[in-house]
Amino acid sequence: MNIEFVGLREINGPLIVLDGVKGAGYDELVKIKTASGSRLGKIIRIDGERVVVQVFEGTDGLSLHNTHTMLTGKPMELALSRSMLGRIFDGIGRPIDGYHDIYPEKKMDINGLAINPVSREYPHDYISTGISSIDALVTLIKGQKLPIFSGPGLPHNELAVQIARQANIRGGDYCIVFAAMGVKNDVADYFKRSFEQTGALSRTVMFLNLASDPITERITTPRCALTAAEYLAFEKGMDVLVIMTDMTSYAEALREVSSAMEEIPGRKGYPGYLYSEFASLYERAGKIKNRKGSVTQIPILTMPNDDINHPVPDLTGYITEGQIVLDRTLDRQGVYPPVSVLASLSRLMKDGIGKGYTREDHQALSNQIYASYAKVSEARSLASVIGEEDLSETDKQYLQFGRLFEETFLSQKWTESRDMEQTLDLGWKLLSRLPRETLDRVDDDMLDRYYQG
Amino acid sequence: MTAGKAYICMAEKLLIKGINGPVVTVPGQTDLSMMEMVYVGNNHLIGEVIGITDTAATIQVYENTTSLQPGEPVERTGYPMRCMLAPGLLTGIFDGIGRPLNKIEEMTGAFIGAGANVPTVDTEKTWPMTMKVAVGEQVEAGTLFAVTMETQSIEHRMLVPAGVAGRVTWVAPDGEYTVEAPLVKIQTNGAEITLNGVTYHPIRKPRPVKERVAATEPLITGQRVIDTMFPIAKGGAAAIPGGFGTGKTMLQHQFAKWSAADIIVYVGCGERGNEMTQVLTEFSELIDPKTGRSMLERTILIANTSNMPVAAREASIYTGVTIAEYYRDMGYDVALMADSTSRWAEALREISGRLEEMPAEEGYPAYLPSRLSAFYERAGSVKTLSGENGSVSIIGAVSPQGNDFSEPVTQNTKRFIRCYWALEKSLAYARHYPAVNWIQSYSEYQLELADWFDSNVASDFTSLRVRMGAILQEEDRLMEIVKLIGSDLLANDQKLTLAIAKCIRVGFLQQNAFIPQDAYVSLDKQYRMMKIMLMTYDKAKELVLRQIPVSVMEKSGVFEILTKLRYHLADVEPGGEDPVWQEIEQNLTSILATYAEK
Repeated sequence: MNIEFVGLREINGPLIVLDGVKGAGYDELVKIKTASGSRLGKIIRIDGERVVVQVFEGTDGLSLHNTHTMLTGKPMELALSRSMLGRIFDGIGRPIDGYHDIYPEKKMDINGLAINPVSREYPHDYISTGISSIDALVTLIKGQKLPIFSGPGLPHNELAVQIARQANIRGGDYCIVFAAMGVKNDVADYFKRSFEQTGALSRTVMFLNLASDPITERITTPRCALTAAEYLAFEKGMDVLVIMTDMTSYAEALREVSSAMEEIPGRKGYPGYLYSEFASLYERAGKIKNRKGSVTQIPILTMPNDDINHPVPDLTGYITEGQIVLDRTLDRQGVYPPVSVLASLSRLMKDGIGKGYTREDHQALSNQIYASYAKVSEARSLASVIGEEDLSETDKQYLQFGRLFEETFLSQKWTESRDMEQTLDLGWKLLSRLPRETLDRVDDDMLDRYYQG
Repeated sequence: MTAGKAYICMAEKLLIKGINGPVVTVPGQTDLSMMEMVYVGNNHLIGEVIGITDTAATIQVYENTTSLQPGEPVERTGYPMRCMLAPGLLTGIFDGIGRPLNKIEEMTGAFIGAGANVPTVDTEKTWPMTMKVAVGEQVEAGTLFAVTMETQSIEHRMLVPAGVAGRVTWVAPDGEYTVEAPLVKIQTNGAEITLNGVTYHPIRKPRPVKERVAATEPLITGQRVIDTMFPIAKGGAAAIPGGFGTGKTMLQHQFAKWSAADIIVYVGCGERGNEMTQVLTEFSELIDPKTGRSMLERTILIANTSNMPVAAREASIYTGVTIAEYYRDMGYDVALMADSTSRWAEALREISGRLEEMPAEEGYPAYLPSRLSAFYERAGSVKTLSGENGSVSIIGAVSPQGNDFSEPVTQNTKRFIRCYWALEKSLAYARHYPAVNWIQSYSEYQLELADWFDSNVASDFTSLRVRMGAILQEEDRLMEIVKLIGSDLLANDQKLTLAIAKCIRVGFLQQNAFIPQDAYVSLDKQYRMMKIMLMTYDKAKELVLRQIPVSVMEKSGVFEILTKLRYHLADVEPGGEDPVWQEIEQNLTSILATYAEK
């Protein structure tokens, strides 16, 4: 349809309101032209002939009279092709690496559709990351959504890059989709450089919405990235690792738009539908029966004030299949990666490890490390009250185990990749420093074979 | 029934004016009635009328409204949101408004498209029906008129619906029929009614029963911390609050697998897609020990994953409980698992927000408590219209925001349930599963069920349970002291209490869902485990009286036997003295003897 609607009724932050619009569809993409160029927007509310549009590039320079708005007749779509690999796009999917537009093989609605639970394939294959703490205790599974809960100043970016670099997805065509939402320029640059150095850039698609870019584009950035990921996975049969950072900025962008729309806020001012919004992103991970590829997500979020109960980590944790939590105390002790073992969890791991997958003792070992490490923190808090000297013999052993565990098991170099065998053996070596009778999560058979006391 | 016939649309034409997410408005004074089901737009999206004023009607749409335009028509159906109830529900997986996901997959592929209007059960499949009435018989609501074997183990009983009574004028011969084929004709006052295998029932309205009866029997789940410590009655209502990662879903899965109900309705409300897939695949492989058939044969799944439309999430709970009541009315014990009711409450909040209603606590609408109570009150043990005993037990998971149990959904739920199984993060962190906190949790059914346990399991069951609870309570108190001064300074008998409490925690309360002999534990074995632990405690107390240090007993390996008791004991009583207990007793007696010599 080529009708142009001249002028606006109202401008409010990232939103514009138009009157007298006929034939507008919900969620439809609109084009807004001014003398200085055109920008895109999305219809987010319709009331008869009045529509509310969220403008992607922001409303700077718009006035009530200088705009011409056109309906495009369809929701926002992303042009897709295999040649997206190696390219860099902005938050709404336009190339920003100086090369031409991609020649689309297909166009897809960026909002995606829910995968029918009947059509899903339950994820089973583990991805070895070469990082002991993750492989042994929070095993990543192909098709999983496993976020990193971090805080400002913690090495989450380094960890994400290390995972992307070392991830060993056996027997697949592997690629990375990277979505940056509201991150600093040098962070985006860090990822770009790291992918370049490891030669991964040619199989990476990047969508960048930097801290200085409009927030309305931030809301579409992960949707574009996931549409690309779904296309590469389910149409092209690739195993896609999606890294999205920073989900907290995404949630803040939502909050800003919601407040401009004068919606009733939920917790901490975030809109009541934050959960549904997150779910519409995170649930786009998985595997589909009878199709080759997979979408594995590693969203990164920074917990404001390191508070895991903040709505962003909290709602994320309810949707994702576990979480890797980074810990500031460990970081200060110089432990890299500073994975907070007790708070971290991988929900899919139980079905992807053990006999036939990793090694028969994996589950038992991981249970025991969790249980013993929980004792370490008990012993530590006791020691801080009564002093290390007065602890019982067992508690002292726990303290020693804790120190060694952090120094040799959790800690590893950024360039170091340990294979699964190495990691599991190391785990047993450490557990063997504890008296055998304290290992109550392992049965006797297993202990006979692996305990080296 | 013939009520399914389409309602003839009135002359007025209903056109969409406003669209805001899943909420659509139709202007003017309309003839629409509250809670009426409508078809919205050219794609026939399913919706429900949720508000009417003199200037507009508000409709919530159960599907994605992308590309919907003002001016598109809204079609009336004349009936409220309802669920189709008929043979073929079992083993099925449905979305929040009862559409079969298998059929939707056939229609729109691996991704769910919009506007797929498919009947809940297959109307073309035939069932071998056996008639249970004869011509001339007087029938009334609840009279059984036909049966068919829905699965190998479940007989589907078709009953005369509520409000229908009269004399049978015609009966189809036994044979293969589709669910919509006429089976029986009844002459009522003035009209002839044809009955077939299908009943429609409004999802928001409880199905009628003759009377509610008191709960007297436990719903055995095979989980020690539940059955022994905090049992739920058949027809009871329970809540499992717990932050993320505390194992709510795992526990729900355990219930769905092992609880001694005839039918399981599992509602995945706003949860993960992979979890529903897991239930589907895992249950079809699991064998029901009672029937020797696949677990899936007694299971009905309702799946509204978190990225499926939010309005259907609100409906999914009601669809689930309506189906549960339908099977209850046939005389079955049904257990409904709702995971998670918080997502349902959030769906209420989301829609309420779009309607610009005045919020109460934390943005939730003021009617949250009344909706919650209406849902949980649909649990119950009843005498059905046909005079049978049936029950619906509801177990709802609650996901408190920010792990804060004082938030509105948890607090309001607590008022309407009688079993509260609080899951705790610190237990889950230490991989103590199920992470049910034994201090905060409670079951109001304990008293009512005490008689049942004492006469069906063992006469001292309740007294042992009370003792075990007291030991754990004492441990909690002692741990406060230990945190301050360490355990070395405690008196010997206190050390013993701690040692036994630890055995109870590790050996009894913890249960490993992945080890076959521990995933389900019979009540008898639960009792014997509890008994041996307490007998050990009593015996060990004798030693403590003789000033024998607890560390000596620890070295003898007695406590280690207790923590691994679940592996040493058989599921069924071997008869005579338990060899495990004999070993413990000998151990302790020999320590006693050695010390007596000194």
